[in-house]
This record gives sequence, structure tokens and C-alpha cells, in this order.
Amino acid sequence: MKTAVIQFPGSNCDADALHAARLTLDPEAQFVWHTEAGLPEGTELAFLPGGFSYGDHLRSGAIAARSPIMAAVKEHAERGGYVLGVCNGFQVLTEAGLLPGALSRNRDLHFHCAPVHLRVENHQTAFTGAYEANQVIEIPIAHGEGNYYADPETIARLEAEGRVVFRYVDNPNGSLNDIAGIINEDGNVLGMMPHPERAVELLLGSADGLGMFESLKAK
Amino acid sequence: MPTYHAKVFVTLKPSILDPQGRTVERALSHLDYANVSGVRVGKYIELTLSGERAEVESQLADIVENVLSNPIMENARWELEAVPMQEGREVAGA
Repeated sequence: MKTAVIQFPGSNCDADALHAARLTLDPEAQFVWHTEAGLPEGTELAFLPGGFSYGDHLRSGAIAARSPIMAAVKEHAERGGYVLGVCNGFQVLTEAGLLPGALSRNRDLHFHCAPVHLRVENHQTAFTGAYEANQVIEIPIAHGEGNYYADPETIARLEAEGRVVFRYVDNPNGSLNDIAGIINEDGNVLGMMPHPERAVELLLGSADGLGMFESLKAK
Repeated sequence: MPTYHAKVFVTLKPSILDPQGRTVERALSHLDYANVSGVRVGKYIELTLSGERAEVESQLADIVENVLSNPIMENARWELEAVPMQEGREVAGA
């Protein structure tokens, strides 16, 4: 699956994302700088990595969401192309309006960096087909602003439509309904705070993130 | 061209957890300011815009709603003041 890893000033999980993409999806996966007007020809997956784009100034992901490449990412999503936003990438997707809700400061103000357990709530998405229903996986988190918030109507809609894809087993940040990852209405844009790209080899402590990339590859 | 000075105030909606506000409130309580409550910490942003007032107002509303605040979790309001002509020239020449 031809993959483009978008780099913003302050992205610091870009190399991890590229490594995971090359290992699992596309040996020729490449970086795309945020000032580019378009994605490389034939891009199937736009991967928005974690980090602190623009130093999290203004709001996490806010400035990156308005950078030139994001217009191309939106068009790609509208055409049905896959978009995966991890951590800061998830924040960018909400700020860009590609996913509903917002991420705010962790409930306890602490930056959490630890492996956590997630329940795969919907294994029938393009991103989770390789997992089993309700499978519990171990994926690391590393964020200070991962507290998912949306108004009650949006939360109810996400739940009713099966768009809560991952839920924390032990909520580390105060996210409503223990939400760790959600998908858009069309099922081609997924945002999550945990880092599946940091869990693709046992050497890293867990290979439970592989399922996500294997699911995409099967598409 | 007229110049305007904008002051933008962004605060978290009352329903959103404001950890900074809560921390400050607790600190004030520890300092024996027992009568203080409802502390909210927000952002204050200044901008200088040039152009005709109506145009500047609609541009500023757009900037505040679409960039400077996230309406999902924040409230925002702004004030706009004309910069006196002489000061305006200085700003333009700076």
C-alpha cells in the first residue's frame, strides 16, 4: 500500500512511522513535507505521525491542520483514500475537521508514556480487520493532551455507528467513554492516541500494532 | 489605510476541564484566599490588522472562529480598536 508519511515541523514520530510503514506496507514509503501542495502520485495511505507539530502552540495540531499539505490530505480522504493519524496526527485530524471532537489536557495534567491495553471495539474496519472482536492489545501511549472530548450528541452518534474503534481498558487521560481511537463516517480516516507504529516488532516490547498495518495491507 | 488593534480572548468552555484554572484555584486556596472560586485560565492574543473597518471585522471574526479558537471546546470574543493615525504610520513603518 503506497504510503506517504507527512512531516510537520515538530513531528518526532515520523521516523517510527516511516519505519513501520516500510516494514509492513510499502518498502518505498516516503516522507512528504508539510509545505507540499500534493501527495505523491498513487498514494493510498497518508500517515500523520505523532509529535509536537509547531510546538503545540495555539492548540495541539491546530497550525499543522491548516498547512498546505492538509488540503491534499482532505482531498485524498474525500476520494476514499486512507488516512491514519496517530497521537499528534489524531489531534491534527480533529483540528482539520476530518474527525469530530477535540483532544484536551490529560485529566491529571501528567504526560503519560507507557504501554496500555486497548480493546478493539470494531474489528470490521479497514484498519482493524486482522484483529478479533473485542481483542485486547498492548500499544504504547506518549501524550499530554489525549483527553478525548466531543459533545454528547457526537459521542452518542460515534457509539451508535460503531465508530469508536479502540477503547482504553484503564483510561489514562480522562477521555469520554474511554475512547482511544475513532473512525470517520466513511471508514477511511482513523485517529488514535496510542502508537501502533511503536509496536510492530517484539524487540519493541509488543507487536500488537502489526494487526493494524496487516489490515490495511489486505485492502 | 486605517489600522486596527484587536484583542482576542479565548477560554475553555465551562463544560471542559480546565486543569490550569483548577490548579491556580487550589493554589489560591492554599494561600488562604478562601473566598476565590471559579478560576479559569485562558489565552489572550493581540493582532494588528489594516484595511477598512467592515472588511477587518469580518476577517477577524473568521480568524477567531477558524484559527485562534476551537469552537468544540473553547469560547472566544474579541475587541477591535482603531489605532490613531500617527501611531498607525509608525506601526506601518516599523
